[in-house]
Amino acid sequence: MMPVEYDAIVIGGGHNGLVNAAYLARAGKKTLVLERRHILGGASVTEEIFPGFKFSVFSYVVSLFRPEIIRDLNLTQHGLMILPLESTLAPLPDGDYLYRGADHYESYRNIARFSPRDADAYEDYSRSMYFMAKAVKYVLGIIPPDPASLHLNDLSGLARMARQFLNLDGDQFYTLVRLMTMSSADFLERWFESEPLMGTLSASGIIGTFLGPRSPGSAYVLLHHYMGEIDGVFRAWGFAKGGTGAIAGAIASSARALGVDIRTNAAVSKIIVQNGQSVGVALENGDEIYARVVVSSLDPQQTFLKLIDPALLPDELVASVRKYIYRGSSGKVNLALDAPPELACLPGPGPHLRGAISISPSVDYIERAYDDAKYGDFSRRPYIDVIVPSMIDPDMAPPGKHVMSCFVQYAPYHLRDGNWDDQREAFGEAVVDTLAEYIPNLKDIILHRQVLTPLDIERTTGLTEGNIFQGELSLSQLFFLRPAPGLAKYRTPIRKTYLCGSSTHPGGGITGAPGRLAALEILKDWQP
Amino acid sequence: MPIPTPFHARTSALCVSHEWRDWSGYLAASLYEPAHDREYYAIRSSASLIDVSPLYKYEVRGPDALGFVDRLMTRDLTRCVTGQVMYSPWCDDDGKVIDDGTVARLAPDRFRITAAEANLVWFQDCAYGMDVEVMDVSAKLAVLALQGPNARKILQRVVQGIDLERLKYYRLAEGKAGEIPLAISRTGYTGDLGYELWVAPELALPLWDHLIEQGEAYGIMPAGMLALDIARIEAGLIMIQIDYISSRKALIQAQKSSPFEIGLDWAVDLTKKHFIGREALRAEHRQGSFWQFTGVEVDWNSLEALFGKVNLTPRLTGKASRLAVPIYSGGRQIGQMTSHTFSPLLKKYIGLATVERKYAAEGARVSVEVTVEYTRQRSEARLVKTPFFNPARKRA
Repeated sequence: MMPVEYDAIVIGGGHNGLVNAAYLARAGKKTLVLERRHILGGASVTEEIFPGFKFSVFSYVVSLFRPEIIRDLNLTQHGLMILPLESTLAPLPDGDYLYRGADHYESYRNIARFSPRDADAYEDYSRSMYFMAKAVKYVLGIIPPDPASLHLNDLSGLARMARQFLNLDGDQFYTLVRLMTMSSADFLERWFESEPLMGTLSASGIIGTFLGPRSPGSAYVLLHHYMGEIDGVFRAWGFAKGGTGAIAGAIASSARALGVDIRTNAAVSKIIVQNGQSVGVALENGDEIYARVVVSSLDPQQTFLKLIDPALLPDELVASVRKYIYRGSSGKVNLALDAPPELACLPGPGPHLRGAISISPSVDYIERAYDDAKYGDFSRRPYIDVIVPSMIDPDMAPPGKHVMSCFVQYAPYHLRDGNWDDQREAFGEAVVDTLAEYIPNLKDIILHRQVLTPLDIERTTGLTEGNIFQGELSLSQLFFLRPAPGLAKYRTPIRKTYLCGSSTHPGGGITGAPGRLAALEILKDWQP
Repeated sequence: MPIPTPFHARTSALCVSHEWRDWSGYLAASLYEPAHDREYYAIRSSASLIDVSPLYKYEVRGPDALGFVDRLMTRDLTRCVTGQVMYSPWCDDDGKVIDDGTVARLAPDRFRITAAEANLVWFQDCAYGMDVEVMDVSAKLAVLALQGPNARKILQRVVQGIDLERLKYYRLAEGKAGEIPLAISRTGYTGDLGYELWVAPELALPLWDHLIEQGEAYGIMPAGMLALDIARIEAGLIMIQIDYISSRKALIQAQKSSPFEIGLDWAVDLTKKHFIGREALRAEHRQGSFWQFTGVEVDWNSLEALFGKVNLTPRLTGKASRLAVPIYSGGRQIGQMTSHTFSPLLKKYIGLATVERKYAAEGARVSVEVTVEYTRQRSEARLVKTPFFNPARKRA
């Protein structure tokens, strides 16, 4: 056997893999990160797709990135800067718009144009979501205890968690149960009555999931838009200067400073298992590297069905990994623009261009977009979350030019007719046509268009079915069920083998939390 | 960005200090002149004109209007006759104060409620099942407070159709100022003789001009929020989110207050058959509240001694402070002084405070925190009744 070169090998140089490696190195472990692509970041990459124009190709905004990771890994020193996204503008088909920004009363007046009641209720809603986020925040930061287990650690974990929830007063607890069970549309109707507000708010309940605003369970996803607010952050959503690749870049820089070795163009073909424990990995080029511990930041499909011989795994585990739901539902269109976009509802420059522009005029609009997807078509009139990064960070495009990032839903991975290679451009057309209704000058200023279908996301990043969260963020796949019972504590049935990606608790988005929590668990297990 | 009130064309021309603040999303002058002293003294010695248009205003109308406001408010609104105004807090089901304001009976089946915060959802939800309509009329009415000893004399030159000599404290009447229809209520936030003028926004500027023109000889001048803040503390009038936190905004239970805890015992009528929060308030009344509202008078000699130790005289900003400071009794913190100011008239340092009831006896000796040259010190003080200043002319 070859000599053991590393304490730990982390498969995948996405942001969670890098965070994991950095924390292991911080504890003195000699760690290697292996990335298949030529660049680091996974879905958190910035690439110059068109000369002079830089795109956050996949993931494009950040809200939940754990502040303790920024502090622990000294990421600001390594170049991380998250700029605020100031507002959300929902342009409407009739030329009107709903604008919500940092100015409380301005948002109030904007909402009041559609419903004076909703303007008042908006604060009650935000307050409720604050309480919900506060309750759930604790859960996001712990190793999920398994309620079916009688292990002492699980029981005490459950008891501690129960105490957290007992801190909620009655109304807050009932709201939490509703949040966990209701559809986002029904949940929002408890406060609101006006279509534009409910439409744009309900959009937060479907992002990255294969759910419509009227699907039960979508309300929980709403909460993700509020989680960042309780860490003392003024605006929850932000844009990383230099694009989301700069986040991965800062973590990688910090990791290297801590002694982590990072190799790109180093695709892993196999986790080498001997006597029920991982001893290293084999690369596609045939190299073998040995380590005491192997950590996979890839999703369960990749880790257990491709890198490990399923025959080595318990049948039940293989079955639950095979049943784990990915169901990619979103696509991305990245545009290089010759000039600033002009909105029909608010022509000219303004703060609204520095925030999100959400094509979500009503709940029905989004639900209809979902209807298309339910039966295997991409949405003809999709929900689109647009940001213009070059308005926030001028270094993203040449002076006077712009880049536009369009997150699109729904784009089902499994198409009923045809395949994505044939449908890609039609999908891109549908997105641009939809946007052009609200941004009349759009078609005239497009210099370059990059259309990413779920298939493209899968091919490039390795995310199965192009699911941006490494598996649906539905309640049935969260906490002690993420990604499957028995895998929720980052450990796997193969000894010295761990998971640390978004498929583990607390889930997807650029949070770094799975990477960090996994590292803490690995270090707990460490025996000299 | 805060938006202008209907008086902005005039107030902005006069606001040479260029100091504005955001009041419920509207631009409100903090002070007009470079210093606020003259504006304060106008309130107490002549007449001040204060733009209070940003107040939230709700109109309630319908056969059940009286039943509705009586169910909402802790005071007995059935006693409110047409042309009368009553001040009252309103509570949630737990008897915790949501907001406080005035209720004016405009007609037998028509009321207008003023509020410091938005309340439309609460009001409309509480009206469910009643034959009553609740509308937000905040933007449909411009409001000016004319406050000070000369307020009546000025109005007498301006207003027709209202006998101002007979318009009693907390009464309201409709009349005209020349061609301008308006309503006048004898209300205000200064604890002085004063009126509030309610007018359609499009007639706001002519009304302003008329008042300034006729008031000039009586020393009328616009006053900003700094002057008003001193006056309202002297008058012992509480401010939401400063002296108490709305139960709708509180993040924890401990931040909420009952009316008994913010000095509004007198505005709670437990003999009423029903109102929102009644059961909880009855229980609290039986058991006794934990907190009590009180005035605080800081002992000037003690204050002088503390500053004297570092060879300074008391250095006070001359502005009211909304930064709460701890109050101690025998070394233990028993509460906090939430609004405090030097009173230019009384030559005293005074404050509004919340302290544990068991320590709240009138005249009790306490100490309050003061900062002297970056160090936290404790000055002797006394718990006193409010208002600190209560001129007979207020009600006369």
